[in-house]
Amino acid sequence: MTTTPAHIEYVTRLGDNALILGQRMSEWCGHAPVLEEDMALANMSLDLIGQARMLLTHAGKLEGKGRDEDQLAFLRTEMHYRNLTLCELPNVDFGRTMVRNFLFASLQVLLWERLLASSDTELAAIAAKSLKEARYHAQHAGDWVVRLGDGTAESHERAQAALDYLWPYTAEFFAANPTDEAIAAAGIGPAWSELEAAWEAVVVPVLNEATLTVPARTPFKSYGKFGRHSEHLGHLLSEMQYLQRTYPGAQW
Amino acid sequence: MERKEWPLWEVFVRSRNGLDHKHCGSVHAPDAKLALQVARDVYTRRQEGVSIWVVEAGNIVASDPDAKPELFDPAEDKIYRHPTFYQLPDEVNHM
Repeated sequence: MTTTPAHIEYVTRLGDNALILGQRMSEWCGHAPVLEEDMALANMSLDLIGQARMLLTHAGKLEGKGRDEDQLAFLRTEMHYRNLTLCELPNVDFGRTMVRNFLFASLQVLLWERLLASSDTELAAIAAKSLKEARYHAQHAGDWVVRLGDGTAESHERAQAALDYLWPYTAEFFAANPTDEAIAAAGIGPAWSELEAAWEAVVVPVLNEATLTVPARTPFKSYGKFGRHSEHLGHLLSEMQYLQRTYPGAQW
Repeated sequence: MERKEWPLWEVFVRSRNGLDHKHCGSVHAPDAKLALQVARDVYTRRQEGVSIWVVEAGNIVASDPDAKPELFDPAEDKIYRHPTFYQLPDEVNHM
């Protein structure tokens, strides 16, 4: 199979989603409301960083310029990142963290299921491992969304505020450019249009059970996966990349 | 602000198929389903298990530590209850 720029771009996007959300979620380490959730969030961060390592290593090999996972993770600037904007948004509180995880992990479950049959066999193997992890993340976050939404007045209010804030960013999940069309045509990944209805069919019943109101779609658009990010990514990268930028080539 | 502590759950993990579930600790969780999930996250991170039970701690009936003398000491001088006390005939194998 000949490597195309679209193929590299697509695998980089998947790797960046995992890396950036993994980094963001790891901010909870030592700060979560209870010890049990502290460990759960750290575990899930490590799942995502493990996925990012495999995906960025794969992207580097496809690119063929000798860049490994570390160079891709630590030596690119914002405009070269291809993660969904949703993944880089600040945690703010436990409610927003759980609503975000639920919206994202539900997408990942559907995506990994389809990538099991990818024409890129390496990507299919990564999907097989990542699918198990994503299923747990979606279950855990979904259970929390129901408990927070259908919990106390305060937890409901915070969960609803989180959903209102995050929902517009989910439109980006299904946005497509020529990269996505090339990926679907080559059998590397599914067409996003096919995933949107499936995702809503999974997500909306849980939000209903949580007594949350699903916001209406608005014209708002975000473009992280096309390389145009929110103001939050730079701050995240400055912390994540600090060591490698200060001590180039440092190993630990 | 009103503070409500989550109930305590005792966690039992089976390390391999065929072995017993063993008590390994406890977690706080708001309900049974989440207790199982956090028990998974806290106690099976290093492949310690293939199955988890959680039991709300209040549902366990425990013996009184002060009653140890009357409960357990009387067994002390009844060595004949151990199978090793008896000489087995050679024909009996695999005991």
